[in-house]
Amino acid sequence: MPQKLDYLRETASQTAGPYVHIGLAPKDAGFEIYQQELGKDIAGPNAAGEHIRVEGCVFDGMGSPVRDVLLEVWQANADGHYAHPEDGGPVEDGFRGWGRVISDFETGEWGFDTVKPGPVMGRGGRQMAPHLNFWIVSRGINIGLNTRMYFTDEESANATDPVLNLIEWEHRRATLIAARAMREGIPVYRFDIRLQGDDETVFFDI
Amino acid sequence: MKPAEYYQRDRTLHPPAYAPDYKTSVSRSPRLPLISLQNSASEITGPVFGHRDIDPLDNDLVRNFPHGGDPVGERIILHGRVLDENARPVPKTLVEIWQANASGRYRHRKDTYLGALDPNFGGCGRTLTDENGYYFFRTIKPGAYPWRNWVNSWRPAHIHVSVFGAAFAQRLITQLYFEGDPLIPHCPIVKTIPDPEAIEQLIARLDLNATIPLDAIAYKFDIVLRGRRSTLFENRLEGN
Repeated sequence: MPQKLDYLRETASQTAGPYVHIGLAPKDAGFEIYQQELGKDIAGPNAAGEHIRVEGCVFDGMGSPVRDVLLEVWQANADGHYAHPEDGGPVEDGFRGWGRVISDFETGEWGFDTVKPGPVMGRGGRQMAPHLNFWIVSRGINIGLNTRMYFTDEESANATDPVLNLIEWEHRRATLIAARAMREGIPVYRFDIRLQGDDETVFFDI
Repeated sequence: MKPAEYYQRDRTLHPPAYAPDYKTSVSRSPRLPLISLQNSASEITGPVFGHRDIDPLDNDLVRNFPHGGDPVGERIILHGRVLDENARPVPKTLVEIWQANASGRYRHRKDTYLGALDPNFGGCGRTLTDENGYYFFRTIKPGAYPWRNWVNSWRPAHIHVSVFGAAFAQRLITQLYFEGDPLIPHCPIVKTIPDPEAIEQLIARLDLNATIPLDAIAYKFDIVLRGRRSTLFENRLEGN
């Protein structure tokens, strides 16, 4: 027998279950416990850029809304910088770039307010089109699903985005592009996620 | 820190999306394969948390929901380290837990199990690892819990655990189980994991050395997140 490699093995994932709100959004579970819940303010009060709303619904393979889903979003600021020590650029005071949102227990609809991110430099010096990174967990999802949301009004940037172009089936790229509409003067992007079946959303192994 | 990527996730040890004995996974699992993505800045970065985000008592589930007394049940210390696959500690990372009370009842508007709520038990906690990746919680050992999968399905005693790591690519939610629980091998959610060693890694071990005499029994649970290469991306991020 050859020597054993001495790497540890990653802890296995398990479903977040139906009561994920108790831990990650206790007010939604029905009780007050923390001074502040995390993930409610993504961009902060000083964020530059276009203020937008993002909304959607997650559907299962039967076309039913997933009413117990939790989504986390991770994004750059309007200059394309992440609030992280490994990203070279500065971000505004209070800009976290991370948020957490749950679906409505009756309708399955979710939504959050943020700013539109700028383009981020990708591998090999190829710029990535503006995008939001999503991580999705719920009952019945055994390991968190990663996807990205792109913006329909960034057509030329989307056309050269290195990640969208990895997707061999051109029609599947459309599952990642959110439609824009105006509501009360605020741009609203609609991003529906289909876990399974017709127009299944593209998910990534990141 | 340098823009280096994380080791590819070994999906043979994680549960597959489609695991039909866990019935809800059938309609909530993608049918098409994942698209593999080499890490970019979007994956090697992630949210940073600090002590301003949380309260010092947030890791004490025996005291963080006081309504005139202490909760009923077996008092336990849950502690361990968050490491990466290179066995390096993951410092200052956010660990969040949630669980049922000693009766197996969750404090959630959707839980209708007849096990009683405990007026002094909320069921959630959070903490940051220290510079050595160490964390601890004080809590009550949760009870087993029935659920509608098969007619007679019971979850083993378990605590849900959420960990961030330093990158969005390390984000993980899992469940910890308790040494010796006879329900573990019967559970369809445990058995979504194909690898027996990966299941064992989810079982917290009784730790008498860390037990507080005449107060609380301890269990140790180490969490391993994805490791990281020591070399840079083959091309520089800035492209020059």
